[in-house]
Amino acid sequence: MLTIKDLSVKFPSRFGDVTAIEDVDLKIRPGEIHGLVGESGAGKSTVGAAVIGLISTPGYIAKGEITLGDTDLRALTPEQAHAVRGDRISMIFQDPQTSLNPLMTVEDQLIETIQTHSAVSYAEAQNRAVDLLEEIGIKNAAERIKSYPHQFSGGMRQRVVIALALCTDPELIIADEPTTALDVAVQQQVLDLLRDLADRRNIAFLLITHDIGVIAQIADRVTVMRNGKTLESGETAQVLGHPQHPYTVALMDAVPPLDHKIPRFRLPVEDDIAVQSKTKGADAKAWLLAGEQTAPTGLSVNNLTMRFRGTRTSLWQKPDSFTALDDVSFTVRPGTIMGLVGESGSGKSTLARVLTGLLHPSAGEMTLGDANLPPAKQRSRHHPSRRLMQMVFQDPYSSLNARHKIGAILAEPLWLYGLVNDAKQRRALAMAMLDLVGMPADSIDKYPHQFSGGQRQRIAVARAILARPKFLICDEPTSALDVSIQAQVLNLLKDLQATFGLTILFITHNMSVARQMADDMIVLRNGKIEETGPSEALFSKPAAPYTRTLLKLTPKMPPEWRTA
Amino acid sequence: MIALLKRNEAVWLFVHSPAAIIAAVIAIAIILGAAFAPWVALVDPYDLSSFSLFDGLLPPVWEDGANPKYLLGTDDQGRDMISSILYGARLSLFIGLAAMTIATVLGVSLGLAAGYYGGRFDAIVMRIADVQLALPAILTALLIDGIARGLLPADIQQELRVWVLTLAIALSLWVNFARTARASTLVQMNKDYVQAAIMMGQRPIRIMFVHIFPNILGPLLVIMTVDLASAILLEATLSFLGIGLPADSPSLGTLIRIGMQFLLSGEWWILWIPTLFLVALVVSINVLGDFLRDVFNPRLR
Repeated sequence: MLTIKDLSVKFPSRFGDVTAIEDVDLKIRPGEIHGLVGESGAGKSTVGAAVIGLISTPGYIAKGEITLGDTDLRALTPEQAHAVRGDRISMIFQDPQTSLNPLMTVEDQLIETIQTHSAVSYAEAQNRAVDLLEEIGIKNAAERIKSYPHQFSGGMRQRVVIALALCTDPELIIADEPTTALDVAVQQQVLDLLRDLADRRNIAFLLITHDIGVIAQIADRVTVMRNGKTLESGETAQVLGHPQHPYTVALMDAVPPLDHKIPRFRLPVEDDIAVQSKTKGADAKAWLLAGEQTAPTGLSVNNLTMRFRGTRTSLWQKPDSFTALDDVSFTVRPGTIMGLVGESGSGKSTLARVLTGLLHPSAGEMTLGDANLPPAKQRSRHHPSRRLMQMVFQDPYSSLNARHKIGAILAEPLWLYGLVNDAKQRRALAMAMLDLVGMPADSIDKYPHQFSGGQRQRIAVARAILARPKFLICDEPTSALDVSIQAQVLNLLKDLQATFGLTILFITHNMSVARQMADDMIVLRNGKIEETGPSEALFSKPAAPYTRTLLKLTPKMPPEWRTA
Repeated sequence: MIALLKRNEAVWLFVHSPAAIIAAVIAIAIILGAAFAPWVALVDPYDLSSFSLFDGLLPPVWEDGANPKYLLGTDDQGRDMISSILYGARLSLFIGLAAMTIATVLGVSLGLAAGYYGGRFDAIVMRIADVQLALPAILTALLIDGIARGLLPADIQQELRVWVLTLAIALSLWVNFARTARASTLVQMNKDYVQAAIMMGQRPIRIMFVHIFPNILGPLLVIMTVDLASAILLEATLSFLGIGLPADSPSLGTLIRIGMQFLLSGEWWILWIPTLFLVALVVSINVLGDFLRDVFNPRLR
């Protein structure tokens, strides 16, 4: 039905044309969900944009064919293309927040779309809109349709976006990362809906995603892309189960399994990021190990509660408060990794901010090692925990100061905590540390924007480690990274933890990643601990119903697929 | 060398923007001329012995009855127009730059601190800024001028005239800097690198000036150029209204005020030439400011 042949898209720049995608071939049949998988920069979204005719300027199609049914999409005039785009092809974007107009009710948006594409009366369009909402599983559709987008939850909003895409009864829907912004429970519902629509309405889907779990779960066929080229294509079970191309093999190796813990991720030999030098940062390692020789430090938290004051709705009433952490108690054993999982809004990041002294808790006590850990307002700038406890943030694009060179960023903890007082030594140590985390030594005079996300996260880890910490908080350190880079960073964290006897609080929303990292686990929901215990027991015999649900909803792959 | 130039985004954009190049040429020519006025100018307009009343009211060279010695003519006192303008621009630019510098230091420090500390300090600083905004710049200048006249003895007054004017202009401009610095600081405060610095226990003053400041420099540079133009205009306005610099040490604004008297008497050049000069200076600085904004804001490209 949709056929793409030899498609190349180029972007002119002042250094000559940059080829975004090259010789891409793709075939999608009606009722088929075709997964297009690849890491960032692979050109997945450009393929989608080319099909729908929305390549961002100044990009252009250099060659190739795109045909939908019998229509050659490239031969159309702009007006015809516009008609085809709305009528026969629809698009679902990643973020339901921005793809709906916040100032129009859902009803108005649906009716507008229906009436643009077919000549029907307002009442008829209204009926059709309600039917559509019911079809995609919104209860009380006749009432809910009068609501504004912000009155729906994230998952419901994505359903509304899907309803909008269905308005014109399209043959093909391009879904660009449709579930990336959603929690697992909601993701599952949206994926089920897509599958259902493909089966029932015979709609073809081009599902663009970086998440192999999602592909494994619902795609009939899959195409693997890298650097603008298609590497492998075929039945999902064939491509992912018996990958032929070395890149696909490596990609599958990097996917963390949910059903068992592997000691280390297998990385492809040609690791284009990590530089394996001979010394492997021996100087840095020696310096770090030469620090105070104390046993690993644990952390315990008792009855920690964090309430945020709500917005004032009346001059006379006290504003309602919102409880982000509710009577949370747990202990991280010295020298182990504690995994903390939960969906968005469960209080994971709040906990990290309370521990690091960025937020002052409403109640509760914290202990680091043997010493009391004072809450934010009582923790002075010179408190020893400022050094002993370090943090790796989620977004490596914001956690490094864009205007400082890597050398300055890495020297900061050494200088600040008075660990090394000689500037030359600091620089030498920073270079050795870069080596230790697998970065070339000449990175030291570069700025953060010259590095990829994975490299920046390595630098962020290096900065944290250079403080000679005992306790490391990792807040979703890999959720902004591609899966193969994630595997590298997780390996690095495991290595550093083993070498330096660190205690780690590893915060993540990804159950599979937690399984690979954690010795013990906490499952957090709405600020309350649902379940806690040794990780193997928790994953094999979850006690709390919520943990079971989370495990059930996490996309998995058939065990026989795994090569690792 | 060319490869190096090509690599630099700002240089590349500059070379490909005719408006920016023309503006830069005009601005640099005026600034150089003003800075080296004592060496470039024909006569010293402050030195009564260096010109003669007999040369008064000579038109520019392309009009009848001109003296080729005075390219753009002379005023009623016999002062060479070019010399007056260069000396005037020298004063105008000095006051503009000084006022802008004071406003930048004051505004950026207050804005950074307000954004960083938030809470009561933020509220107080920003309310003061609001009050300042409610007063027209001319009113502020008049107020300071009045206070200075009242407090200072007459002989010091004349010496301090330039500084009183500078202070008055700076006080009406600092609000822009404070607001921009505060807004940009608030954005940076949410970034993890600032949070990391706070968490590590760094000194607030270091976080503000070493970590945050370089990251908010872009918008501030744009405001600096735009406000330099405003400062020059404000000085011209005040001098034009007669509360700025006196006729014996004329700035561009004073020259325009003097020229006003000749507008209807046929000696048009005494008014028009300094006016066009001021317009060229202010427009070219503003164009450069726009160019800088484009450089720092990739979304506008």
